[in-house]
Amino acid sequence: MTVQHDSSVYEEIQASDQFQELRRRYRSWAFPMTVAFLAWYLLYVVLSGFARGFMGTKLFGNINVALVFGLLQFVSTFLIAWAYSRHAASKLDPLADELRDKVEEKAK
Amino acid sequence: MKHETLSTILFLVFVAGTLGITFWASRHTKDATDFYAGGRSFSGVQNGLAIGGDYMSAASFLGIAGIIALSGYDGFLYSIGFLVAWLVALLLVAELMRNSGKYTMADVLAFRMSPRPVRTAAGVSTITVSIFYLLAQMVGAGALVGLLLGIKSDSGKMWTIIAVGLLMVIYVVIGGMKGTTWVQIVKAVMLMTGAALVTLLVLGKFGFNVSKLLGDAAAQSGKGDAFLNSGLKYGTEAQGIAGKIDLISLGLALVLGTAGLPHILIRFYTVPTAKDARKSVMWGIGIIGVFYLLTLVLGFGAAAIVGSKKISTANAAGNTAAPQLAEEIGRQIFGDVGGTILLAVIAAVAFATILAVVAGLTLASSSSFAHDLYAHVFKRGNVTDKEEVLVARLSAFVIGAVAIVLGILAQSLNVAFLVALAFAVAASGNLPAILYSLFWKRFNTAGAVSAIYGGLISAVVLVIFSPVVSGSKTAMFPDVDFHWFPLSNPGIVSIPLGFLFGYLGTVLSKEYNAEKYAEIEVRSLTGVGAEKAVQH
Repeated sequence: MTVQHDSSVYEEIQASDQFQELRRRYRSWAFPMTVAFLAWYLLYVVLSGFARGFMGTKLFGNINVALVFGLLQFVSTFLIAWAYSRHAASKLDPLADELRDKVEEKAK
Repeated sequence: MKHETLSTILFLVFVAGTLGITFWASRHTKDATDFYAGGRSFSGVQNGLAIGGDYMSAASFLGIAGIIALSGYDGFLYSIGFLVAWLVALLLVAELMRNSGKYTMADVLAFRMSPRPVRTAAGVSTITVSIFYLLAQMVGAGALVGLLLGIKSDSGKMWTIIAVGLLMVIYVVIGGMKGTTWVQIVKAVMLMTGAALVTLLVLGKFGFNVSKLLGDAAAQSGKGDAFLNSGLKYGTEAQGIAGKIDLISLGLALVLGTAGLPHILIRFYTVPTAKDARKSVMWGIGIIGVFYLLTLVLGFGAAAIVGSKKISTANAAGNTAAPQLAEEIGRQIFGDVGGTILLAVIAAVAFATILAVVAGLTLASSSSFAHDLYAHVFKRGNVTDKEEVLVARLSAFVIGAVAIVLGILAQSLNVAFLVALAFAVAASGNLPAILYSLFWKRFNTAGAVSAIYGGLISAVVLVIFSPVVSGSKTAMFPDVDFHWFPLSNPGIVSIPLGFLFGYLGTVLSKEYNAEKYAEIEVRSLTGVGAEKAVQH
């Protein structure tokens, strides 16, 4: 079962330097990255609609900019997912685990 | 043997196997956590496969391959939106939701709000989105069986819809989340294997020369280089600027909708910890990404090998492109028997695909009905686990019945737009409410309720008055015209509206609970007090 705590415990934790650091590490990575991949995706969609001449430029054989740009969306998605899991494992998980142990200790 | 017989046998083997798993799962489904969340005991890899099985619908398998086969590049554009969307789920939603919720999307929203209005709104939105999606799949199943098994009569299609509806209800009622998850895992493996096999044969035929494959596809399409660029289906030059804005609108709904789809969100609860939720999304992204790369080859392969003319004759939307390709490539490489076998395999995979997706949708909507509307709104939380699960099972019957009846009624209508509409509603109503709940301190009940209803109603109203419902040859009701909204996809208007309604609702109401925000923020980021896996 879920352990019930007084909310004041949470406010205390929330105000702690350690939690603020965790929050900063999470948000300062996830938020700008979200803006970046959405902008990168929208650039692709907008170019697909409004710059068909450019997108149709052939690079080699029948492979054109549109295809490469689309495949790059796959590559960037895989890379961002991988980078996030690295960031989370090294920068977020240890701090989150430490804080959780602390709260669960207090609740005993 | 004819391929129809073989397809039916293969499909029955799949049904028998998954029913076996479902009965096995029912013996391990003892309490509410088992029923709603599979005991939270699936591993990250298993849940990653199930995410793939839940997400890759027949619309994305047959539909995208078909769009590519007939209109070239535009189908690829669709699949990119479906994939990139998973980054929103990974970075902003999956882990935080796993840490702060229990069974449904509403658990997270109701956490620091007045629970009854918020759960009502979230329940209404969950059921609406799931029914839209479900209906599109059911009608698709009816059409598919006609094409693949040669059943052309309306009564044949009707019985297919009834059979699909009954099977999905059985999976959900008996197996709960455990049974449903295993059906999705089996389907994901079958779909990936089938798609990879045909892809390899296609690439092999072209000596793994992608440029030659594209060249042949473009040449036989009769459209030349335009076939390898966007604009033959979405935002065509003939539609002018409105068509291009429509394309961007569709792109927005696809990329922002996934992280607000209730049947996807509840998958995050099936693993023991937030780290496993992260791992499952990572696996999901890998599987879904590879799958869309395979459909790219299948689509262009179908154009090059089968030919657009033969495909559009069989089905105007191109939905049979992938099965036709399987038959043709099998025949060319292994002779007639090979063609029959490959076609039968792909047809059976397509049915399995539909079943796994509709089961996931039925589970999401019946869970929300029982947990949000019945237990928390109607009974104000005074309800035993046992009663709640009983209500969930009963509501699965009701939702199944509704889906069957609507599916039969809508059989002859063009309802393919309902999938895009489900994404638009999820992006316009659910996503703003979820993101504000997790990240905005000031957010409150009025904000949550206005975001959900505001986003839901804007998206639905704009679609009702759009060219997909009336006023065009391909509309749901082609003979009347009451449209005034120029775009087929409402996202570009309804998504900002959903966020705006959420903002206005919040600032116009004084309510706000700092203690509860501290609690959800600490819990979501650290996993304190997160629901644990069940140990039996």
